Amino acid sequence: MDSALIPEGVKRTSFPKFFLGMAVVGAVVLWGLIAVVLIWWKGLNQTNMNDYYGFALWIWADLAVIAVGGGAFFTGLLKYIFKVDELKNIINFAVIIGVICYSSALFILAIDVGQPLRSWFIFWHANVHSMLTEVAFCLSCYFAVLVIEFIPNVLENRQLNKVSFFHHLAHNMHGVMAVFAATGAFLSFFHQGSLGGVAGVMYGRPFAFREGLLIWPWTFFLFTWSAAAFGPCFTLLVTKITEAVTGKKLVSDKTVHLLAKISGWMITTYIIAKIIDTIYWATVTVPASGFTFSHFFSNNAFYGYWILFAEIVLCGVVPGLLLIYKPTRENSNLRLLAIILGVIGVCLNRWVMVLQVMAVPVMSFDTWALYIPSWQEVATTILPVAYGIMFIALAYRYLPVFPQEKELNYPAQPVVEGE
Amino acid sequence: MFPFCFEWAWDMAHAIFFGGLWYAVGILGAGMTYVVIKSAYDTMNDSGDSHHH
Amino acid sequence: MKQENKKEHKFGMVIDLDKCTGCGSCMVSCMAENNVPFKEDESNKKDSITWMRVYKLTNGKDFPETEVVYMPRPCQHCSGKGGHGHSPCVSVCPATATDYGKDTGIVSQIYTRCFGCRYCMGACPYHARYFNWWDPKWPEGMENYLSPNVSPRMRGVVEKCSFCYHRYQLAREKAYLEEREEIEEMEYQTACTTACPAGAIVFGDLNNPEHEVTKIVKPDDHPDPRNPDVVGKSRNPKVFRLLERLGTNTKVYYLSEREWVRKAGDNYTEGEWETIKNHHGKTQISHG
Repeated sequence: MDSALIPEGVKRTSFPKFFLGMAVVGAVVLWGLIAVVLIWWKGLNQTNMNDYYGFALWIWADLAVIAVGGGAFFTGLLKYIFKVDELKNIINFAVIIGVICYSSALFILAIDVGQPLRSWFIFWHANVHSMLTEVAFCLSCYFAVLVIEFIPNVLENRQLNKVSFFHHLAHNMHGVMAVFAATGAFLSFFHQGSLGGVAGVMYGRPFAFREGLLIWPWTFFLFTWSAAAFGPCFTLLVTKITEAVTGKKLVSDKTVHLLAKISGWMITTYIIAKIIDTIYWATVTVPASGFTFSHFFSNNAFYGYWILFAEIVLCGVVPGLLLIYKPTRENSNLRLLAIILGVIGVCLNRWVMVLQVMAVPVMSFDTWALYIPSWQEVATTILPVAYGIMFIALAYRYLPVFPQEKELNYPAQPVVEGE
Repeated sequence: MFPFCFEWAWDMAHAIFFGGLWYAVGILGAGMTYVVIKSAYDTMNDSGDSHHH
Repeated sequence: MKQENKKEHKFGMVIDLDKCTGCGSCMVSCMAENNVPFKEDESNKKDSITWMRVYKLTNGKDFPETEVVYMPRPCQHCSGKGGHGHSPCVSVCPATATDYGKDTGIVSQIYTRCFGCRYCMGACPYHARYFNWWDPKWPEGMENYLSPNVSPRMRGVVEKCSFCYHRYQLAREKAYLEEREEIEEMEYQTACTTACPAGAIVFGDLNNPEHEVTKIVKPDDHPDPRNPDVVGKSRNPKVFRLLERLGTNTKVYYLSEREWVRKAGDNYTEGEWETIKNHHGKTQISHG
């Protein structure tokens, strides 16, 4: 039915089967959209947020998708600036994941603000001292970069590429992609960092507050570093899931091992920095404001030392070591375990830096505040996941995303020349 | 965002922040303008060439 | 009147917690004065709007030694680290919707500018900022009682105590009409101050040594030698501020004869209180 659109030389599932799958995921998207309409129509009273939890599930989801979407900028940086050519086999997919993550983040912000129609104030009336202003500008600009990086892949669709202008455009965009990738890396450094800064500058919140370098708290650098470290884990995880769903090998082991190795070293160096930061914070910053380390992890029903252990050791040190040690990295099961732990780890870090910050009492007579999201919040947070699945399914079906797909799956077949 | 917004101040903070921002936006804009013009030029140059692809 | 505009005020208050009975008049007067809307069910205090909120504190001891204190908490109008106006909320607002008045020391909120990101709420450790989760509503007929001097807020924006800024504006207008250069201390008083039946709240200009609040607080404008971020520490041993150690530099001071109450104002690691409790501003130390 849609065979004219499918890339040459590869096989795709039948259209009815594809359509059915899309319909199932589409139902989840629809559920999310209903919640979106409710929120825009009735307001944020549809959520379980309150005056203690001004930042909640959505801000976590925002930070998490941007962190795991960091694979796009870091892979782009390695491929186009540091000329790690092997990564050409996964760069298209990393960009697609980035586009999904960043469009989701912008979408979540659009439902999260109380007056969505005034969102442009953040640009127009910008307060340059606010970390959130930096986030908004760099996020929007970097999303533009991702779209620019994605366009050539779209134009390589079999039918679109027949249009001469599009063919040239795709070719010429590839030619100057290093410039865009460099700009993207510059913007990413600042928005990933400023997302960390959002928490780190809150000197009224001792759980979040960090000292730092000039105007940037240490969380600024930790967030950028962790996004670059764990982002590739997410790229690899989604690749693995896509391979499982399609039943095909899409990226060669050589590429996977290389990216896993880079990610492993980034995670390990990051987690060392994170441990140093945590120790300094616990022994110097926290006591200076009259708190003890234990205050932040006790006397409540949820936040205990376990979350610190899970974030730093189980989902930080462990995946880092698994990925830098060659035998465990090249063992597909252990590698999968490591990248899953890594993705959980970075998401946990973002959770802690948003929700635990809000939960901890600061005034001596205040109490812990725990929060359970409403179904509208859950539905709108799952919505980007379903949207991402649809996006990837469409891209995989109609665009030449994986340059190695033919050689890895149809080795015996001689390549048939196009007519 | 622009010097005519009343919050605007000609200070170091604005110079650094918006300097960086407009620089990045400028590169993206110039880069895209260049590739679009070049592609249009290439397209016009191949229009007589029926062997394309 | 030009002179009045140029003058640098630092409006602040001191609340005598030993006088406060916890009656809640300050809360009620504040809501009425500032057109704060009602919720159908006000039982969930985490999402109802109370610019002025009275907290109940106990010393944690069993009967008969139990003691209770009521602590009214308006916006603390922080002047930020070092007193430069970078209060926790003002510095984070991405759209410049909240500002620190260098001429008044008042932290303002521009409702029509706020787009509801709530970052300021996250940054404020006092929970002094409230979000309009619902469209503002009043019981039928009560709209007639709304103050024409205060704009009601729309759904989706953050609001908070303004130290009844409109009263300051009215006082200035009056002084202008009467061709006076200055406003009198009693011409600008917040609604909660005037409503308190116990006279527990004293409001005025902390820059004016003649004002009662300044006489009680005796603020020390030098940075605290123990923490250079802290300025305006009280030289009165009975006076303290909430979370002073964070360097927020609030302009709402509290007064109590009771040590446990003063201790409850901040956080201290074990044994630290004993070394800190008698430390009250630089001048005090040099005398002591």
